[in-house]
Amino acid sequence: MKPFAYAVAEAPVQAVHQLSARPGAKFLGGGTNLVDLMRLGVESPELLVDVTRLELDRIEPTATGGILVGAGVRNSDLAADPRIRAAYPMLSQALLSGASGQLRNMATVGGNLLQRTRCVYFQDVTKPCNKREPGTGCPARTGAHRDLAILGASEHCIATHPSDFAVALAALDARVQITGPAGDRALALADLYRAPDEDPSRDTVLDPADLITAVEIPTSREAHRNSLYRKARDRASYAFAVGSVAAGLSLAPDGTISEVRIALGAVAHKPWRARRAESALTGNPATPEQFRRAAELELAAAEPLPDNAFKVELSQNLIVAALSTLAGVEEA
Amino acid sequence: MTVTKALTGPPLTRDEAIEKVTGKARYAYEYHSQPDTAYAWIVTSPVAKGRVLTVDADHVLRSDDVIAVLWHENAPHLGDVGDPTLAVLQSPEIAYRGQLVALVVAKTPEAAREAAAQLPVEYEELAHDVVLTPDHASLYKPEKVNPAFETDTEQGDPDRAFDASPVQLDQTYSTVALHNNPMEPHATTAIWGENGSLTLYDSNQGGGVVQQLLAGLFELEKSQVHVINPHVGGGFGSKGMPRPNVVLAAMAAKVTGRPVKLAVTRQQMFSLVGYRTPTIQRIRLGAEADGRLNAIMHEVVEQTSTVKEFAEQTAVATRMIYAAPHRRTSHRLARLDVPVPSWMRAPGECPGFYAFESAMDELAVELGVDPVELRIRNEPEVDPETGNPFSSRNLVACLREGARRFGWRSEPRAPRNHREGRWLIGAGVAASFYPTYQMPASATASVDENDHYTVDINATDIGTGARTALHQLAAEALEVPLEQVTVRIGDSDLPAAGIAGGSMGTRSWGWAVTKACRQLREEGAKSVTANTKKDIEALGEYTRGSYGAQFVEVRVNQDTGELRVPRMTGIFAAGRIVNASTARSQFIGGMTMGLSMALHEEGLIDPVFGDYANHDLASYHVAGCADVGALDIGWIEEADEHLGGAGTKGIGEIGIVGTAAAVANAVFDATGVRVRELPIHLEDVLK
Repeated sequence: MKPFAYAVAEAPVQAVHQLSARPGAKFLGGGTNLVDLMRLGVESPELLVDVTRLELDRIEPTATGGILVGAGVRNSDLAADPRIRAAYPMLSQALLSGASGQLRNMATVGGNLLQRTRCVYFQDVTKPCNKREPGTGCPARTGAHRDLAILGASEHCIATHPSDFAVALAALDARVQITGPAGDRALALADLYRAPDEDPSRDTVLDPADLITAVEIPTSREAHRNSLYRKARDRASYAFAVGSVAAGLSLAPDGTISEVRIALGAVAHKPWRARRAESALTGNPATPEQFRRAAELELAAAEPLPDNAFKVELSQNLIVAALSTLAGVEEA
Repeated sequence: MTVTKALTGPPLTRDEAIEKVTGKARYAYEYHSQPDTAYAWIVTSPVAKGRVLTVDADHVLRSDDVIAVLWHENAPHLGDVGDPTLAVLQSPEIAYRGQLVALVVAKTPEAAREAAAQLPVEYEELAHDVVLTPDHASLYKPEKVNPAFETDTEQGDPDRAFDASPVQLDQTYSTVALHNNPMEPHATTAIWGENGSLTLYDSNQGGGVVQQLLAGLFELEKSQVHVINPHVGGGFGSKGMPRPNVVLAAMAAKVTGRPVKLAVTRQQMFSLVGYRTPTIQRIRLGAEADGRLNAIMHEVVEQTSTVKEFAEQTAVATRMIYAAPHRRTSHRLARLDVPVPSWMRAPGECPGFYAFESAMDELAVELGVDPVELRIRNEPEVDPETGNPFSSRNLVACLREGARRFGWRSEPRAPRNHREGRWLIGAGVAASFYPTYQMPASATASVDENDHYTVDINATDIGTGARTALHQLAAEALEVPLEQVTVRIGDSDLPAAGIAGGSMGTRSWGWAVTKACRQLREEGAKSVTANTKKDIEALGEYTRGSYGAQFVEVRVNQDTGELRVPRMTGIFAAGRIVNASTARSQFIGGMTMGLSMALHEEGLIDPVFGDYANHDLASYHVAGCADVGALDIGWIEEADEHLGGAGTKGIGEIGIVGTAAAVANAVFDATGVRVRELPIHLEDVLK
């Protein structure tokens, strides 16, 4: 392992300065992914700036009725928060479905959003990978790709984003607050992540010295409260999603859908907000048939590979199952 | 307390339990941390076939922390012990990706690791072939299968009997590569003494074989090699023989004149320390309408490496498990550019019974009979292969007791018939068998002036509870309380004994311990050393083995195909059970491994690069706690007078045998989908 320096940041601005001043430096949150990547040789930062003492560990109501979650809040603390559990069940469920108890105790909100893909080629420095070493190629297309993307991928990269939490945040229209070299700004979570396109080395639009300081969750609505996260995985615990869905639903008095929120996990380079399915459903009756039609519409754009073709049907089923549960209707 | 002889011994806590849970128990890498200790790191090949051309050692030797770089041009010559996997750094040839090509020795593990990553190695790369296919051009018939069974057998006229059978089943089943992955990686601390002696703290399943082979490799007398392994964090077969780590550590210590520590990394374990071969198994069963078998054919294709042959004995147990007048078994190997396969968790019986017991379930469905009943109808009177009587055989008792405890529906299978909400529910059964082996062993029992007894034997406790079982057997034979007896194991200076493998450790060691202790008591001597070689030779001509029956409930989600196992029942007949608690843990562990094999474990060979692509525990899944539901374990009280020794069989491996088939059979019962390739993925049943 390459020797590296370690510094503790006292304030977000200072942390950003420390990173700007030293190319190759990284923020260290819970370390549950970065330290693994350092052990694997995928990451070799010269400086780690510890951002766990920035007092970004609060969960507080916002002036507009939403909730502001500090980027340093541990995943387990956020999942257990009574306000989150009551007003945004999908968020708590997504967090609890991730990793293991030990990892959730360590992992931070900011780190969770910025974790890297678990594609086995990305994690093996003896093999090519466009995300790790641009221009070297993508062996996953013809190799081990069961866990990889079916939507929005490019010929250069079929990695998936591994977070469960981010999928629920995408469905909730959460925003991230950022302190960067040029000051503070906020971004919709949907705009944080990018498609792999020509440059899969960049997962997000962030500058290397940008620090996520908080996540802002909008005022709770019926489609937030009547929500769930359903994760399909090979192991009952301690496994990344094979497919997942965060869904929220509210119905009009006549039983038609007044609002629906759907995001898919484990299918793309980013949490996949299912906008097509949402607009197809809004205003229509809440029936399994409608859910199925919308799910098929959303997945029509899928470009699966031989070993992950099943994710099309799996994702459709997850959408139908989640919405049927939320609507209180029985599937056939 | 005094232990009295019973068919089931008391559930005593492990002798070393406190040491282990408080971290006081030391493992191989934790010895001899002195200022002059050096740390070695293995460098492995990124090409799957070829040659090492040059190693630029100077590039890393510029660092003050790096002490030495060893590779084939400067490594000390090793003696030939007949095992090419131990002839480390002796040749430039590369036979598989992940083969070790150099060793870096440095003052700290961090420096060694970094230098290993930076070491420039030039390769000549050749085309490789790593994919096992049923008709691979290199298929050949090995002379024997592990350890010394006939490769092929035939009785009667199986083809004609099959063709003439009113009910026929002809199916092919396959399993993937499986990796042992004990919790403690393979590790060694090696120290050379001034008199040319070699001390090895090594993680292995038997120090005696390490002592013998290391003496041969370094051209020493056996007495000059001292192997110490009081605690070992699992092996599952992969530590049954010395592995490259112990040879490399000894080599590095010799070259540098320092004590050297070396641990194989988790990633390296996927190529350097053995694994189970993938298998492709064609099974044909010909039966009468009442289910009695006329013909059994079990033909196996599996892989071996180009470096060393390992022939998994996959069809061997099929030769004796059920009656049938006409039978054939065969094994063919493809020699591929892959890591060297080896022993793993019931080699042979485990993959073989997955396929065979799946086929029996399919036959039961075909016949419309209860799968438990089908097995009972084919119960043999004597060993169908040899004609020998069974020393004891309680498979039927296991099936009946298991069916009762599980709540088995004794009726023909009617798949896709039970559901709860969005979950389909099914039940499956399989039979299980593991042969009873024994190795000669010596033990010394002695008593001091305070009437305290000491029992010495070079046994190895790899986490099974063997130390405690031997303590119980010693106290029983001496007829004294446990507190009056100390058992010492895990040191090659102690009387010689065989490995913890083949489910024969406690049986073989317990035999010698019992014999020495009885003699000491009967003769009133101060010290007695006993050996069991002659006793073992005097064993009568019987077929000895442990039997079992596993029952599994599976739930399959209709939306996602997710497979969950809420409960399993395992009933075993394995002779005397010395310690009810540690024995239960052995059965639980075995069945958990079987569940893991059925649903999770999968070494994904990468045709392009030639390695197992998912070489860590994040991507190579083993069952976690949440995957293992209620486990009901029981055993038949079994007195078998033909076993000798302490009346024990073996319990280490039988738990895994059959479990995977029971899971797969339950998946069929739940869904109506017969999956014939392990592991079963959610996409296999999604629909």
